[in-house]
Amino acid sequence: MKVLERAKKTLLADLFRQMYLIRVFEEKCGELYGKGLIRGFLHLYIGQEANAVGAISVLRPEDHIVTHYRDHGHALARGLDVNRCMAELFGRATGVSRGKGGSMHLFDASRNFYGGHAIVGGHFPLACGLALAAQYKREDRVVLVFFGDGSVNQGTFHEAMNLASLWRLPVIFYLENNLYGMGSAAGRVRAAGSDFQGAGHAYGMDVVTVDGMDVMAVREATQAAAERARSGKGPAFIEAKTFRFQGHSMADPVKYRGHSEVEHWRKRDPLVTFPRTLVENGLVTEKELDRIRKEVEATIDEAIKFAEDSPWPGPEAVNEDIYA
Amino acid sequence: MPEITLREALQRGLREALDGNPNVYLMGEDIGAYGGAYAITAGFIDEYGPERIRDVPISENTFVGAAIGSAIGGLRPIVEFMSISFSLLAFDQMINIGAAIRYMSGGQFKVPIVIRAPTGSGIQLAATHSHAFENWLASVPGFRVVAPTTPYDALGLLRSALAEDNPVIMAEHVSLYGRRGEVPDDRYTVPIGKADVKLAGSDITLVAFAHGVVTAFEVADKLKERGIAAEVIDLRSLRPLDMDTILKSIAKTNRVALIDDNWRTGGMMAEVSAQISEQGFDLLDGPVARVGGDDVPAPYSRPLEQLVIPDSDRVIQAIQKTYGI
Repeated sequence: MKVLERAKKTLLADLFRQMYLIRVFEEKCGELYGKGLIRGFLHLYIGQEANAVGAISVLRPEDHIVTHYRDHGHALARGLDVNRCMAELFGRATGVSRGKGGSMHLFDASRNFYGGHAIVGGHFPLACGLALAAQYKREDRVVLVFFGDGSVNQGTFHEAMNLASLWRLPVIFYLENNLYGMGSAAGRVRAAGSDFQGAGHAYGMDVVTVDGMDVMAVREATQAAAERARSGKGPAFIEAKTFRFQGHSMADPVKYRGHSEVEHWRKRDPLVTFPRTLVENGLVTEKELDRIRKEVEATIDEAIKFAEDSPWPGPEAVNEDIYA
Repeated sequence: MPEITLREALQRGLREALDGNPNVYLMGEDIGAYGGAYAITAGFIDEYGPERIRDVPISENTFVGAAIGSAIGGLRPIVEFMSISFSLLAFDQMINIGAAIRYMSGGQFKVPIVIRAPTGSGIQLAATHSHAFENWLASVPGFRVVAPTTPYDALGLLRSALAEDNPVIMAEHVSLYGRRGEVPDDRYTVPIGKADVKLAGSDITLVAFAHGVVTAFEVADKLKERGIAAEVIDLRSLRPLDMDTILKSIAKTNRVALIDDNWRTGGMMAEVSAQISEQGFDLLDGPVARVGGDDVPAPYSRPLEQLVIPDSDRVIQAIQKTYGI
């Protein structure tokens, strides 16, 4: 509560707006996928919104972000153009990656948003490299890298944690532990079980576990890690406990987890708990929230229209962007 | 003109790059205090310090990926693999990010990185240290791949690689580091994507790269004794491939032999052969004579290792069989 009271009301309303934007964007994506307007693989971020919004909200514009293939939430939280994100999913020339990346590969250099990576764990080295460039050039930037529990079993995770710690690189390793790597419960594929603090301690890092369904808690943890990285004390490791309400991708029939588990987490839905807390404490009115909801819904409708009206890439685009 | 070794040519190019651009740094396993597995960077750490001559933990995929990330972040890394065999551990970062991120992002990022990789067999290192993968890398759009034979080409190609805003892989055959050759003092460059006629001749074209060029010269000497003038073409660049120089030569000689030290199946010369058959079929008096390494994991024992690498006699036999000369 104290954290909430200290925060400005406009900030609180904006955090809600961003989380709601992601929620509606993702729900619409699910519908559009069913209609065949979005193709390929589609991994929805529904349930995990507090992580992207909370963590990215404490970054500076010059900081770098690298993320995994469930990347729509991070892209929107970073302020990537909603229209152009939707157009990318439609495969249009106006997309953030000119229609060449799709759902799993959203990029925006102007916002220091370096993807969208779909080899599990393949983006850890990139995060280290961006941090190395910042450190080498004495730039005041940190790198925030999001990853899932499944990627902790990849060699790159351990190699990158070692390298970052060894060289005191300004990297915030942000684990979105949603308890399942595709259909595999974390504890079923990891000898050390489903708690991940040890993975950070093994490399001498500052470790904190945070409630990934609580946007304010996420903010606080990320702020502390960013300050630490900025001051030259090296990387930090945040484990956020969170949950995706839907399947791994649109192709997932979700046979590996029980209904009661999903219901348990749904009670902690940040899109329910956060606005409720705000209203109950008189920080934002229900009327204000409704206004935000309507605005967001209109924004998404507009984005879909923008995507539908956008041109397909021309055949010349096939051979462009291979070499600089 | 002064003669130096290929190793010294590389050292000169690396020093120039370090001296000329503060954002250039070198990274690799034991390139610093140890001086590099093939002593290319011996003494560098004393001149440039550990921030620019970076020893890394043994984790190829991650240090190469970090170098790629730093290139995207504005630096100009030069990475050294201890062996191109170890690049297999880094194919994910090299191909999925290094070669693809520009395309996948719709052209938003540049990846100005040079990756140097000792390659090839002949010094009895057996199957984990002798295989060559430059042809695999040359099949990846987004990369440029060069493989110098002479000190002159090594320095000239390295300079061109360092002027590129794309990932360039330089495959360095381990048997060539000590070879000497003339290198002028001026800042010449060798363009990437241009093959070189190393020896002019009119009767048969020999196409090779790296150590294969050494074999090609032995073949040319033996043919000369029989009054046959061979033209030797050194590919120098594997991607892009300079077919024009090859076709121009075949138009003159009407015969071609392709020499590849590496596995014959799917080798670099399989691609050259396919393109010759597509673009130069009518220029030839007979089929392409292709000589490649045996399709076996590299053996350790000296006589066995020598058996699998094609020598000049094997090339001569192939030429006799194909063209009757």
